[in-house]
Amino acid sequence: MSGHSTYTPSNGFTRWIDERLPIIRLSYDSFVAYPTPRNLNYWWTFGGILSMMLAVQLITGIVLVMHYTPNTAMAFTSVEHIMRDVNWGWLLRYMHANGASMFFIAVYIHILRGMYYGSYKAPREILWILGVVIFLLMMATAFMGYVLPWGQMSFWGATVITNLFSAIPVIGDPIVIWLWGGFSVDNPTLNRFFSLHYLLPFVIAAVVVLHVWALHVVGQNNPAGVEVKSEQDTVAFTPYATLKDAFGMAVFLVFFAWFLFYTPNYMGHPDNYIPANPMVTPAHIVPEWYFLPFYAILRSVPDKLGGVIAMFGSIAVLFVLPWLDTSKVKSGRYRPLFKQFFWLLVIAGLGLGYLGSQPAEGGYVIASRILTAWYFFHFLVILPVLGLIEKPKPVPESITADVLAKNAAH
Amino acid sequence: MTMILSGSKIARAFGALALTAGLALGGQSAQAAETAHGPKVEMQSWSFAGPFGRFDKGQLQRGYKVYKEVCAACHSMNLLAYRNLADAGGPGFTMDQAKALAAEIKVKDGPNDAGEMFERNGRTSDRFPAPFANDEAARAAFGGALPPDLSLIGKNRAAHRGGLSFMADPFTLYAEAGPDYVFNLMTGYVDAPAGTTCDGALQYNQSFISGSCIAMPNPLSEGMVTYDDGTKGTVEQYARDVSAFLMWAAEPKLEARKSTGLKVILFLVVLAGLLYLSKRKIWSNVAH
Repeated sequence: MSGHSTYTPSNGFTRWIDERLPIIRLSYDSFVAYPTPRNLNYWWTFGGILSMMLAVQLITGIVLVMHYTPNTAMAFTSVEHIMRDVNWGWLLRYMHANGASMFFIAVYIHILRGMYYGSYKAPREILWILGVVIFLLMMATAFMGYVLPWGQMSFWGATVITNLFSAIPVIGDPIVIWLWGGFSVDNPTLNRFFSLHYLLPFVIAAVVVLHVWALHVVGQNNPAGVEVKSEQDTVAFTPYATLKDAFGMAVFLVFFAWFLFYTPNYMGHPDNYIPANPMVTPAHIVPEWYFLPFYAILRSVPDKLGGVIAMFGSIAVLFVLPWLDTSKVKSGRYRPLFKQFFWLLVIAGLGLGYLGSQPAEGGYVIASRILTAWYFFHFLVILPVLGLIEKPKPVPESITADVLAKNAAH
Repeated sequence: MTMILSGSKIARAFGALALTAGLALGGQSAQAAETAHGPKVEMQSWSFAGPFGRFDKGQLQRGYKVYKEVCAACHSMNLLAYRNLADAGGPGFTMDQAKALAAEIKVKDGPNDAGEMFERNGRTSDRFPAPFANDEAARAAFGGALPPDLSLIGKNRAAHRGGLSFMADPFTLYAEAGPDYVFNLMTGYVDAPAGTTCDGALQYNQSFISGSCIAMPNPLSEGMVTYDDGTKGTVEQYARDVSAFLMWAAEPKLEARKSTGLKVILFLVVLAGLLYLSKRKIWSNVAH
């Protein structure tokens, strides 16, 4: 925690608690007095939005489990029972399914914000790595959650993804059988996915605590990318950040509600309303939209093992991002070349997402290969080289100087 | 500092990258154009579309009649019970009407005290009767083809529209791909174009998503169902009504969802407005 605690218990009762378990002090120091840079923009509200989405997913998920049956014979109809017969069941289930998509929209924005403003650079490497761990856990959780309704895409998605492990030489096939709990995706698979889908969100919550802890040790980065130097660079978390975050959350909820109430199946696949049938393969097996860029990378490599390595490599590369970027300047605002490459990467990511939804044939594959190559080229070549050759614009002396210069310009 | 790349160089380099990717995709669409056209699915206008959409009760009742007298001969609808016909936001039958409709069927129940199965009259808690005991029996009756269960057909069929049209859907709130498909399929039995032939019992349908030939024979013909409300019995009318009914069957809480949504969104917009004003007031003394 930066700075000493300024909490003073206001009465005998809180003093009594403070001497035994200083939990009020911890909360006060973390969420009231905590100094936050005064120049944060709205991209910084996504941390709070993500905490809110985690809570939404946990609460709706726990209630859904009260009505769901994890058995291949009943899973599909139990989800329909929730949609039709459970009071407000349709709301719970649509909130949970769309909530997953919203969670990923928010996390992608959060990650890109970190990339643009160099939030992964010293001293925030561990903070960043914990974030990538959360992202990986989210992907595992979302994948297993999508299997639970036991529709066609649930079943075939599970089959395709678990089969990836068979690409591992020698021990691949035994691993796949171990994952399945049998010789194909079946009831044991559904049961273990259900168990893990319930467990992992709590693991995510635990890593979020570490993420926030690390954040509060090193302090927030900010759009200027210069560290806090004096007290006047900051404002108290409450009410300043609290209200700004609350406004961000409310706007995000409007966006969420728009999909949830008016087009709740937009981000799903129609085939998942067909019960799983191991004898009928869908024409195109596609994962949920938030996995599409990685799916495109997987399919762009002609070799199965190579594809799996490329897909996992595309996330592994994020772990070492703090050491790939050689620039001393954090914020992309002062890096004219980096800024352009950043947007190229965003475009490449969106392109890969589109290609992941298309059949793996002809020009789509060629385009996927070009963009996959570009993705790795960005991290492995451009970022290290750019720090050496780029001439950054002058960085403001302090956050306050940046704010005053900006306001003077208006 | 050995070299400083200029922005225009990067723009050119990326232009080349995009062009290469674009050419690759261009080749792809040219390939696609050579193969057969996709199914012809034209968008229809539905009373339940959009944020204020509501089902037309009369249409759902007519659609139920088409389902009962035509579709139900081959298709099951396992997720629906007679009680649903009297649910709020549905076809608007009274509970007595639902009871009377349920009483038209016989249900095998049991075992009773003597351990015997027995037949009784249907109750509102009974599901719509399935025409076949199991999928295998249905396949056996239709030369291997299985008439799909219709409970969710309003949501589990969507013709691929291609391109980037999906990007507009969150704004236009297009969510009627299911009923659009069903309507087009019902009215899609036209003469096969020259060069297309369908084997054996299959029929050509210009809207079928899994090929050009469909195992289901043209199910609708003019005047086959007599509507109780005097609506003229045309194929197009039957197709439209039954598509709407199937959408309701797939999404019975659609009305509750949309009306709740309006209240929630209005509340959130007001909340966001108040939060914004509070935030602005709080930050007014801090340059940021």
